[in-house]
Amino acid sequence: MPEARELTLGEAVREALAEEMRRDPRVFICGEDVAEAGTVFKVLTGLVDEFGKERVLDTPISEAGFTGIAVGAAMTGLRPVVDIMFGDFVTLTMDQMVNQAAKVHYMSGGKWRVPMVMRATLGATRRSAAQHSQSLHAWFCHVPGLKVVLPSTPFDAKGLLKTAIRDDNPVVFFEDKMMYRLKGPVPAEEYTIPFGVADIKRAGSDITIVATSSMVQVALGAAKLLEEVDISAEVIDPRTVWPLDEKTLIASAKKTSRVIVVDEGYGRYGVTAEIASVIAEGAFYDLEAPVKRIGAMHVPIPFSPPLEDATVPTEKSVFEAAKTLVS
Amino acid sequence: MTTAIDRSKTYSEMEVEQWLRMYRRMLMIRLFEEQVNDLYTRALMPGLAHLYIGEEAVAVGVCEALRQNDYITSTHRGHGHCLAKGASLDRMFAELLGKEAGYCKGKGGSMHIADPDTGNLGANAIVGGSSGIATGAAFSAKRLKTDQVSVCFFGDGALGQGLLYEVMNMASLWKLPVIYVCENNLYNEYTHNSETIAGDMLARGTAFGLHAESVDGQDVRAVYRIARELVNHVRQGAGPAFLVCQTYRFMGHHVGDINREYYRPKQEEQMWKTERDPIKVLGDWLAAQNLADRERFDQIQAELKSEVEKAVQFAVAAPYPSPDKVEQDVYA
Repeated sequence: MPEARELTLGEAVREALAEEMRRDPRVFICGEDVAEAGTVFKVLTGLVDEFGKERVLDTPISEAGFTGIAVGAAMTGLRPVVDIMFGDFVTLTMDQMVNQAAKVHYMSGGKWRVPMVMRATLGATRRSAAQHSQSLHAWFCHVPGLKVVLPSTPFDAKGLLKTAIRDDNPVVFFEDKMMYRLKGPVPAEEYTIPFGVADIKRAGSDITIVATSSMVQVALGAAKLLEEVDISAEVIDPRTVWPLDEKTLIASAKKTSRVIVVDEGYGRYGVTAEIASVIAEGAFYDLEAPVKRIGAMHVPIPFSPPLEDATVPTEKSVFEAAKTLVS
Repeated sequence: MTTAIDRSKTYSEMEVEQWLRMYRRMLMIRLFEEQVNDLYTRALMPGLAHLYIGEEAVAVGVCEALRQNDYITSTHRGHGHCLAKGASLDRMFAELLGKEAGYCKGKGGSMHIADPDTGNLGANAIVGGSSGIATGAAFSAKRLKTDQVSVCFFGDGALGQGLLYEVMNMASLWKLPVIYVCENNLYNEYTHNSETIAGDMLARGTAFGLHAESVDGQDVRAVYRIARELVNHVRQGAGPAFLVCQTYRFMGHHVGDINREYYRPKQEEQMWKTERDPIKVLGDWLAAQNLADRERFDQIQAELKSEVEKAVQFAVAAPYPSPDKVEQDVYA
């Protein structure tokens, strides 16, 4: 049966875009090197052949400019999907995303809508140094009016991206560039995944590991190591960090009584801090230990491999932290 | 009607009607803004407002050349653009007072009036911040073949923003039907633009291949003439245009900016107010051509005064939004 079909995360993203572009002529892609080049990560390869250069639109290197144009296009009848090559470049789009896209609906008393998606990448360990390696998704979670999506599998990437494109709000969709080749089952049949619904990637009873994006794989690896020392870890992926499925996270925390939150963004004032706080407030009397946060080290991502590798959470660091928390 | 229209002149009745309409619109904006200043002074208005007094010919001349469904984006000094595009006085006042009946249910206020019915994509409180939106609306118009054009109003202060140049470049590359209208009122808030703008203003448009023009922004007939030409030009698909209107802000940067002598001399303000008032410029010309007389102007003024008064009364009496609406409209 088609259940056996496997795609890489990159292929899943491309398939979601192609399906939505076939379904809705208002959807178009814009960004740097998106057409013939198919982006620097080759995620969009072939889309220009099917949809043409008008709908897979190469732009100048003007992130603020084409993001702003996307906001205006979204308000007036189109559904843009903006491609930000490296997530670090979202800095250049911040006024357009934070002061414009996020606020247009509210400031206009609900009259104008901004149905747009910004796809960006995150993730270190590609040896790309401090300006091509950051995971800056937490910034967008701080802004009311935006939704923030962090898929961790090809299946989730496809279903969530289709939902993002159909959403009438600005959605920021972060793909870990180190996961584009990750393979996983993706059914050929049409499906979408609703926002605000966490997914239990692995059931367990002794400790909950809440993880996002590629950290889900790290957490699953750590869970295997924990199993070898008789610790049963539950791995939960919120999938969308805003809206956030607080209920599922709190329920799991109540069940296991110990929680680690892992995210590749910076730990300080980050996604892990928010989720840890939600759990502490919601499950305090059921917790056996303080909620542990694990994020990227608070340093600019260094270039040299041994330095860079030290900055991000690993299976081993999550395993060690979990072991300490349970013992 | 006692209008002294001399039909022996070469002006058509339609032209005269149009000039009187523009006269009326400019005066409406003037009276609206004076009323805003009054509401602020009487502490009836929350926050601040940036008055458009002195610049009325720009908004009115440009919007006269637009269709109802053509798009505009406006600025923090935006009341004039919204009214010129067709906003109603009562809902404008209501929004400025933070009332539920306002254009944005009180959630936007003076700097964020938006109205899809008149193509108003919204006033924007980030200087130059709406240039992406205006360009994007032109992008949609072209892609969806709606025949609409988009006008981006901004002040000379926005010439300091990089976003403007990024979108001008793309608008030109993709031949988008957008006009960038720079209201050069000489001051970036409290700083004369001789301290902030290097080089040639118009060249900022021509460098990107935009059709660029400069016009006397106090002469509404001249603004309308050039705007009509540019609107036709961009609507036909000839690519974007850049229009610099030479104008002047009669009042301060905002209603609270009273003592201004440290950044501009009183004589300069006085000269513009007495010699370059756009309403007077048009009125004097109409009178000199025997197209309208004092009586007609007084009649227009009396009608507008009563409209403005009614609108203020409506807004003052209108209820505030209930606090339980605060979380409504964050998401669509």
